Amino acid sequence: MPQSRIPAHSSQSESLPLAGPLAAPVPAESPAPLPIPPPPIEDSVLARAQAGDHQAFAHIYSLHKRRIYSLCLRMVGNIAEAEDLTQEAFLQLHRKIATFRGDSAFSTWLHRLAINVVLMQLRKKGLSLISLDEAMEPAPEERPGRSFGAPDLTLSGAIDRMALQQAIDELPAGYRLIFVLHDIEGYEHNEIAAMLECSIGNSKSQLHKARLKLRSALRMHPQEEGRR
Amino acid sequence: MSKFEDKLTCAAFQTQLPDLIGSGEDLASHPHLQDCELCRSLLADLETIAEAARQLFPIQEPPDELWEQIESKIKSEQAAAQSD
Repeated sequence: MPQSRIPAHSSQSESLPLAGPLAAPVPAESPAPLPIPPPPIEDSVLARAQAGDHQAFAHIYSLHKRRIYSLCLRMVGNIAEAEDLTQEAFLQLHRKIATFRGDSAFSTWLHRLAINVVLMQLRKKGLSLISLDEAMEPAPEERPGRSFGAPDLTLSGAIDRMALQQAIDELPAGYRLIFVLHDIEGYEHNEIAAMLECSIGNSKSQLHKARLKLRSALRMHPQEEGRR
Repeated sequence: MSKFEDKLTCAAFQTQLPDLIGSGEDLASHPHLQDCELCRSLLADLETIAEAARQLFPIQEPPDELWEQIESKIKSEQAAAQSD
């Protein structure tokens, strides 16, 4: 059997870039490779935007809007909310851009800023991101020892994208958040724990439960041959 | 000698699984997986899901109106700041 392909840390992830110091409750630096890196902002454009040049800021928006919007959409799974969060992220960027000192890449700094905006919004909505009690005392249907892997129901290895998308959309918000941050965005558990103010063990446990929920959902929607 | 604990039940192995996966260790040599089709299947499914999820979300374009809204808010904030 090959080595586990589930990402244990971001440096092996094929996801968006991360990290960067920010005046917010997020740890610094988490370099993750980008499949398609955004074009680097010329120093002069950044400097002009920092000095209040509106055209320069508009240029920065045009370069980064897709990545930030896509990030927000992944994290909340709702188009209207993702638009609101993207707007808030760029408004915050406008307020804070003068404080960017170049300790990390601008794109990673902005990425962290956007994640913080999403987390803040989720907290405002009263989402309890992490329930330690819940993490430590799994619901009966999630308890280890259940027949998670009955061979006749095993996933084929070719997952229906629509079914997976739907299953992720239907994850409880806290599970979805950790799943997106770890498995899609490529953050490490220690970074997620710092962002969400929980323990590393809790982050691992919640991620595991999220994956189990996805597996359970996908086993109820087995791939239809030739559907896509 | 294996670095993993030997002779685990499925329940015990699955309890340890979040940590085992998070450790980044090669789990292929785990003694429990050598003997347990159920847990091998579980791990394979979780790997498949993680891999598929990473390929699932394309980069998307926000609506054009979004910039107009942002621009409008920026102007409002600037106007408010100047009047203070």
